[in-house]
Amino acid sequence: MSTLSFHDVRVRYGSHTVLDDVSLEVADGQTVGLVGESGCGKSTLARAAVGLAPLTGGQILLDGRPVPNRGRRPVQMVFQDPYSSLDPRMTVGESLAEAMPERLGRTARQAEITRLLALVHLDAARAADLPVRLSGGQRQRVALARALAARPQVILADEITSALDVSVQGAVLNLIRDMRRDLGLSMLFISHNLAVVRYVADHVAVLHNGQIVEFGPTAQVLGAPRHDYTRHLLAAIPGAVPLKEQT
Amino acid sequence: MRAARVLLRPVGFAGFGLLTLVLLAAAFGPVLWGGRAAAVDTGNLLAGPSAEHWIGTDNLGRDLFARVLVAARLSIVLAVAATAISLVLGILLGAAPMLLGRRLGRLVTSAVNVLVAFPGLLLVLFFAVVFGVGARGAALAVGVAGAPAFARLCHTLMAAVSERDYIAVARIAGVSRIRVLLRHVLPNVAEPLIVNATMAAGGVLLTFAGLSFLGLGVQSPSYDWGKLMQDGLNGIYVHPLAALAPGIAVVLAGLAFNLTGEAFAAVFGLGDLPGGARSLEEPREPVAATPAVPGTVLSVEGLRVTIPGPAGPIRAVRGVTFALSDGEAVGVVGESGSGKSLTALAVAGLIEPPVRVEADHLLVAGEDLMAAGAHRRLGTSLAIVFQDPMTSFNPAHRVGPQLAEVSRFHQRMGRKAALARAVDRLRAVRIREPERRARQYPFEFSGGMRQRAMIGMGLMGDPRLIIADEPTTALDVTVQRQVLELLAEVRRDTGAALLLISHDVSVVTDVCDRVLVMYAGRVVEELPAKDLRTLARHPYTRALVAAVPDMDTDLSRPLAVIPGLPADPVHVPAGCAFAPRCPLADDHCRAVAPALVAGVACHKSTEVPV
Ligand SMILES: Nc1ncnc2c1ncn2[C@@H]1O[C@H](COP(=O)(O)OP(=O)(O)OP(=O)(O)O)[C@@H](O)[C@H]1O
Ligand code: SF4
Ligand SMILES: [Mg+2]
Repeated sequence: MSTLSFHDVRVRYGSHTVLDDVSLEVADGQTVGLVGESGCGKSTLARAAVGLAPLTGGQILLDGRPVPNRGRRPVQMVFQDPYSSLDPRMTVGESLAEAMPERLGRTARQAEITRLLALVHLDAARAADLPVRLSGGQRQRVALARALAARPQVILADEITSALDVSVQGAVLNLIRDMRRDLGLSMLFISHNLAVVRYVADHVAVLHNGQIVEFGPTAQVLGAPRHDYTRHLLAAIPGAVPLKEQT
Repeated sequence: MRAARVLLRPVGFAGFGLLTLVLLAAAFGPVLWGGRAAAVDTGNLLAGPSAEHWIGTDNLGRDLFARVLVAARLSIVLAVAATAISLVLGILLGAAPMLLGRRLGRLVTSAVNVLVAFPGLLLVLFFAVVFGVGARGAALAVGVAGAPAFARLCHTLMAAVSERDYIAVARIAGVSRIRVLLRHVLPNVAEPLIVNATMAAGGVLLTFAGLSFLGLGVQSPSYDWGKLMQDGLNGIYVHPLAALAPGIAVVLAGLAFNLTGEAFAAVFGLGDLPGGARSLEEPREPVAATPAVPGTVLSVEGLRVTIPGPAGPIRAVRGVTFALSDGEAVGVVGESGSGKSLTALAVAGLIEPPVRVEADHLLVAGEDLMAAGAHRRLGTSLAIVFQDPMTSFNPAHRVGPQLAEVSRFHQRMGRKAALARAVDRLRAVRIREPERRARQYPFEFSGGMRQRAMIGMGLMGDPRLIIADEPTTALDVTVQRQVLELLAEVRRDTGAALLLISHDVSVVTDVCDRVLVMYAGRVVEELPAKDLRTLARHPYTRALVAAVPDMDTDLSRPLAVIPGLPADPVHVPAGCAFAPRCPLADDHCRAVAPALVAGVACHKSTEVPV
């Protein structure tokens, strides 16, 4: 349905260049994994696509046209930190209802909330809860449900499983693969966990010092890396090589 | 209800009581005493206090006591109206950066900062002249003059809230700026605003009295307390009460507002609760102090953490027993809500009432934490690293000084030395250009850098025990590895033990000697880290390990998941808490809770094929 493409995107904060001419395409129905070290600008790239980071140069297009940044937006983002991504004063149901593209009647809204919560494996009774009553993993599932509530064409997922339990992470990863299959969603999936990226992404982009150093099909990039930095990332996976300082 | 707690404090009780009286007078004064206050008695002009006229009469023989009571309404209404004007203008000005965009917003903010610097009284007099003499003009003048202070407060409060991701989410969802302000920002800054407005109303009351007294405020035939004071002034040497009584009314009413605001502030803030016992309800039997086993840095027996909840107490930790030797690294794994973090917080002595911590014993670095005040003595022998780095730092202070604070407080280091150590620690946690980064604010750090700085803060002292709650959760593999190596290095150099809580089984197996697996507030299995993947005996441990994708996971099949939901800590099942999700569960499992025997709490541990 939709292709999100970054063309020579440049983001600067003062004299500090965070993204330096980044070009990347998230093709229709594809999940592109974005990996790279902390502070390399992964989040900034995603934030730029939804208008949360100012572009210094280049453009970001959805199906060839600039991403609309008014009204309901076809590009939705799910954030890294489940502790700051839900309004502590709004119930789960209210947060979901706010993101829905059209105003629904009471029963239709209730049904939609139940459907969304079921999609992320939460009980419908949770709709009445405030975020304080949810664990980190549950909050993140609500955040994902809220992004889905907007019926987006592209989802930007920024480290969405890094705060989740392994048991929930498995369910969310399965869910994301189902969503791509059933809803045809295109997704930019940012994660530091290469095993997770390997499991959900068709393509992988490696970001290093504000530039994409390697891009290709997942099996190829992670199986036969061509760039030194990619090899360095692979060697850092827990269990890959024994820890240096371990006594 | 937190608001109800206001009444439990003496200040709150006095404030509320007084405020109620003042408001009652304002509401019913004119109805009850209006006639009396207007009744002219030519035979009794400018009389002194008598049984009939408690504080005398004025120059038309009207009863002054009745007039003071009747004046309450106008005085209070004007003060509240002026405060409301200040508040609304303040909110609009304070929200300008959110509503108008960056550039215009900055202009407004600078203008506000200039206005705040002006003396308040000068502004009031200036606006009083602009808006004209009279009650309405005075209310506008006082209201407008009070706006800059509120604007600045709103701006600060809102800036903190707009950092949060849910604001960004709402904007992405297409919610308009006004709605974001009304639905997300205002409710989250309402408490401090209300507190400040209440206190400000007291001050406004005084300002108003001043204006009327100067003849700039309320004009005859209307009267408020200030006007009564002015009228009484002529006879001050003959009948001092005529001028003093309305003054006393101003002071009492002002006090009522201030005390109420004060009490709210204490309750909404970090208020210390009266009688806050942090451990047991009943006094504990003076147990013969368990002597610390030599070489043990942490020893926990029968730890229970209970949180009061609307649906009954939440038994989050239900009897956890374990120990850490000096220099040992122990991992805790389990699903969210299984009680890992609360166990860590209890061990760190960081749990506050109303959450209850009980334990048969809880010894940390030789201190009995169940004794009062013990956690303060822990000082720097304990380092703690949290999961949520954004809330661990104060957003208003630079990172370097925040780290330095630890050493200045606990190790009595000088400012220079402490800052140097902070920079050194930032370098130790692999933050590039630590000198420059130390001068930045937390929001200028990426998520990963904030977490590394947090770990750096834990390493400011010389910890014997490091408690790390999901320290690498938000980090990418390379930094995670550096941080884990850093923790290992610190352990090697200082001999500190490590209690590492992580949802990532592979991190725990990489770093730790031993692993505790928690489920529904209990330890269900305890085993050497190297055996976790292959020799686990508890069905939950095995499911947990199977759910983690690694670089060899079969891509054609869905990931293994644990069916069902984690146990609800309000209604923990009677038998084995895992039974509803366990493929091996039978009636015996559902009836009898298995105890932790030989490292595993499962009735069928022997049947599980290894
Ligand atoms: N508002 C801002 N002002 C100044 N600098 C910023 C701002 N936001 C981000 N940066 C800088 O931009 C760089 C990239 O940040 P970003 O959050 O995109 O990193 P990241 O790759 O997502 O890291 P992590 O995985 O740790 O979250 C960092 O050097 C950070 O200090
Ligand atoms: S005791 Fe029974 S229900 Fe509990 S884990 Fe063992 S087999 Fe499963
Ligand atoms: Mg990030």
